[in-house]
Amino acid sequence: MYPAQFQYHRATSVQHALDLMAQHGDDAKVLAGGHSLLPVMKLRFATPAHLIDIGRVSGLSGISESGGTIVIGATTRHADVASSALIKAKAPLLAEVAGHIGDPLIRNMGTIGGSVAHADPSADLPAAMMALGATMELTGKGGSRQVSADQFFVDVFQTALGSTELLTAIRIPASSGACAYEKNPDPASGYAIVGIAVQLTTSGGKVSSARVAMTGLGPKPMRLAAVEAALAAGADAASAAAKAADGIAFIDDARGNASYKANLARVYTKRAIARAMK
Amino acid sequence: MATAAPMIGASIKRKEDGRFITGRGKYTDDINLAGQVHAAFVRSPYGSAKVNGIDASAALAMPGVHAVYTGADLKAAGVNPIPPGWLHAGIQIGDRYPMAVGTARFVGEPVAVVVADSAALARDAADAIVVDYDELPAVTDGPTALSAGAPQVHANATGNVAFNWQLGDADGTDAAIKGAKTVVRQHLINQRLIPNAIEPRACVAHHDSANDELTLYVTSQNPHVHRLIMGAFVLGIPEQRFRVVAPDVGGGFGSKIFIYPEEVVACWVSKAIGKPVKWTATRSESFLSDSHGRVHDTDVEMAFDGNGRIVGLRVNTVANVGAYFTLFAPAVPTYLYGTLLSGQYDIPVIHVKVTAVYTNTVPVDAYRGAGRPEATYALERTLDVAAGQLGVDPAELRRRNFIAPTKFPYQTAVALQYDSGNYEPALDRALTMVNYAQLRKDQAAARAQGRYIGIGLSAYIEACGLAPSHVVGSLGAQAGLYESGTIRVHPTGKVTVLTGSHSHGQGHETTFSQIVAHELGCSVDDVDVVHGDTSKIPFGMGTYGSRSGAVGGSALFLSLQKVKEKGRLIAAHQLEAAAADVDFADGKYFVKGSPSRSKSFGDVALAAYLAHNIPSDMEPGLDSTTFFNPGNFVYPFGTHVAVVEVDADTGHVTVQRYVAVDDFGNVINPMIVDGQLHGGIAQGVAQALWEGGVYDSNGQLLTGSMMNYALPKAEFLPMFETDRTVTPSPVNPLGVKGAGEAGTIASTAAAANAVIDALSPFGITHLDMPLTPATIWGAIQQAKGGK
Repeated sequence: MYPAQFQYHRATSVQHALDLMAQHGDDAKVLAGGHSLLPVMKLRFATPAHLIDIGRVSGLSGISESGGTIVIGATTRHADVASSALIKAKAPLLAEVAGHIGDPLIRNMGTIGGSVAHADPSADLPAAMMALGATMELTGKGGSRQVSADQFFVDVFQTALGSTELLTAIRIPASSGACAYEKNPDPASGYAIVGIAVQLTTSGGKVSSARVAMTGLGPKPMRLAAVEAALAAGADAASAAAKAADGIAFIDDARGNASYKANLARVYTKRAIARAMK
Repeated sequence: MATAAPMIGASIKRKEDGRFITGRGKYTDDINLAGQVHAAFVRSPYGSAKVNGIDASAALAMPGVHAVYTGADLKAAGVNPIPPGWLHAGIQIGDRYPMAVGTARFVGEPVAVVVADSAALARDAADAIVVDYDELPAVTDGPTALSAGAPQVHANATGNVAFNWQLGDADGTDAAIKGAKTVVRQHLINQRLIPNAIEPRACVAHHDSANDELTLYVTSQNPHVHRLIMGAFVLGIPEQRFRVVAPDVGGGFGSKIFIYPEEVVACWVSKAIGKPVKWTATRSESFLSDSHGRVHDTDVEMAFDGNGRIVGLRVNTVANVGAYFTLFAPAVPTYLYGTLLSGQYDIPVIHVKVTAVYTNTVPVDAYRGAGRPEATYALERTLDVAAGQLGVDPAELRRRNFIAPTKFPYQTAVALQYDSGNYEPALDRALTMVNYAQLRKDQAAARAQGRYIGIGLSAYIEACGLAPSHVVGSLGAQAGLYESGTIRVHPTGKVTVLTGSHSHGQGHETTFSQIVAHELGCSVDDVDVVHGDTSKIPFGMGTYGSRSGAVGGSALFLSLQKVKEKGRLIAAHQLEAAAADVDFADGKYFVKGSPSRSKSFGDVALAAYLAHNIPSDMEPGLDSTTFFNPGNFVYPFGTHVAVVEVDADTGHVTVQRYVAVDDFGNVINPMIVDGQLHGGIAQGVAQALWEGGVYDSNGQLLTGSMMNYALPKAEFLPMFETDRTVTPSPVNPLGVKGAGEAGTIASTAAAANAVIDALSPFGITHLDMPLTPATIWGAIQQAKGGK
């Protein structure tokens, strides 16, 4: 497995990375943990002429809290997210989801920003980003802008990132333990055939609001608005989950036909809500 | 005198594992020769295409690229097609040149080769070669290929029929089916499997022009077979100047038996350009070019009398052989399949008809079990359908039809004669281990709660230890199936074993050392095993068909007896005793009745080489070679039971328990046998539940990577519960049978039967594999809708 020839650049700072991106434009790809990009390069599905490695840019990794918001640097590894005491306490849904990604080797190398920016429609993290109401910090020449997870994921492998922007950090409002991620992994790839991330806000033992996001069954992760509304209105897991496939046009493919996928959406939504409510 | 613990039957740790688990194994890709260049292949992107022309100018202009050759170049230079090693009457062989000549017949077929200074450069250069194709209509499915108007894969195989083959009594079976009380009919698809050995195929070829000698390092299960076919039939190289070395080989499952185009091309190119040529497959190339397995489309008719006794069996199979025959392909859906269709059952008449059909896919050949899993699945799946239809418990239906122990040797209706067997004890033991009666009660209770537990049985038999040369010769094999084994005792009493068997994961270095240590009373560490190098070992047939212990191990055992006997004569001479009065035990020759008058084996070995004091009519030295040619196959058998739970909401299957009771005869290393069984069970269950190679109708492989071809993972499976009965084989001196394929042969049917049993409350009697959640859930919805 030999990728096509490329030139390797090691960025020393965010500014350096941005300069390199500006210089090489669409001929360049940003390399973080490499666990999504390098496999497709080895298969020669991707043949970038330049790789800009941001893996050693200082200040791009790490987890901190500031005023009720968790800030996670883009090159923070999945294993570090999954095992972080701060994440476990203040964003337990993210700790759970990060622990589901791939296998230990992948979690030790893959990064949260790399996975989110790659926007694989079957990846686990995008659903968590939506359920947690995360905000992406996109940095370009002129400074940074903040984009909500709902706006960030655009289509299959497509995000709101501009071609000269770098995802530098992810901000997550602190959240409770009323959450769950239920995943049906593909037996071959381990990617989610369906993954449902549920984050509930409760008051007085009752659900006051809910964010429910689904990965795997469409071209991009999506919020299940009908389910969220039902939960906010006091529905139980079964009746809320019954709406999980409402208004979604599933397609038939090798993983199953549309009615099977709609069923998976309902079943896994029910399981995730039920566990989040426990 | 203390008696050493017997080494046959001892679960000692594998001698070879130290180097394997510390990354110090020496595989083909680890071999680098001075001045070597690297090959990369241009492969057809079409299922079927006319190759109009190849423009390699851009590739040849790249610095570091040495040459580009096409299929036409090799043909013009006199390279012959790669022949199959087994022939049938009327077989139509579509010539397989090492690279396509004029027409490419499957996606991945080599069309051109480029050699360059590095593998990466060779890949770049291959991508720069422009091939002018006319895509032609393709056909990938067996029954479709037989239909009128289907695209023709080979001009000489009319209607894509490669051969028609049948076995058994057609008229008698017709009559039995017509006269039967009940006839159970089932259509079954045994899907395509893609082998995926952990080590991809690789080769390094080196032609030495000074002596006109060719050396090929290659991932092979049978280096002498490689040498014979490549040398004598394909390339025309004198055998004595052609050395084939299969070093450490990381798995094969059959896929490394065959002679592949890439290694032929590497040999030819090495001579053409005067440099060593190296090639290692990528995993993508493995998916696209390693021979696949199975791909049967089968109709079974099983006829019963009023007592649930089978009175006749008719099986019609369309076997998809892919675009070309590889080495064993003609034998797999015939003599390794049809002959096994009696299973463990006393079936008076059987008729099996097989139509082998060419399609635009990778060749299909032997894959772990090779024919016998197909036979077992057809029989055992249909028996479960029959049990449902007849209202008889599946265990009871099998028991009722077992061949009685008094009937051995038993002549089946499909040519084989089973030498030994006693099937009820294995069934009884398996049912006891799984607590069958209680399990059926638990199943009923679970169903009442909306939980779907399934119990699946598979009572299998296999013919392995491939074997009797005169028999296979009369059936079309173009080679014998004996094995060679040399015991070379050194003057210090240490031993080198030279074996024609080849280990690609089986642990021969340990198992064969145990046979030697057991017989000579030495330590296994005093024994080294050499295999895989045609310049070192006697001509041998290699490892496949669960044959190494039964055939290769027995050759060594017989050589050991010759060595021990010669040693006894030397000891008797030196002890001044009659040879008949000298015994051998625990590594010592001694005079009967006076054990202090003794000579150690080491002393005798030294004496044999010093030759100062040996019988005057005796040659010096102490070694022996045996070519063991057994009189029959060996017949392992057993009963496996799978217990699954199906989640009716999603169709997801959880394998809860797996019980295997097998009869492998005597066992040399129980731990190694358990390991082989465990791997085999995982592979067989994977066929039932997860694996499936899929081509679209244009010939594109849709499951061309591990992202979409689901190999089993440890977390998918429970701890296996295993036990054995022991019925030694009478056809070899060790009394052993083969164990390498049994798990795969038995487990597919057990797992599939368990899932269908779980689904029986929905009225589901059969689904084709793999039994994916989507398939199962869809069937449940259909069943609910139909009610």
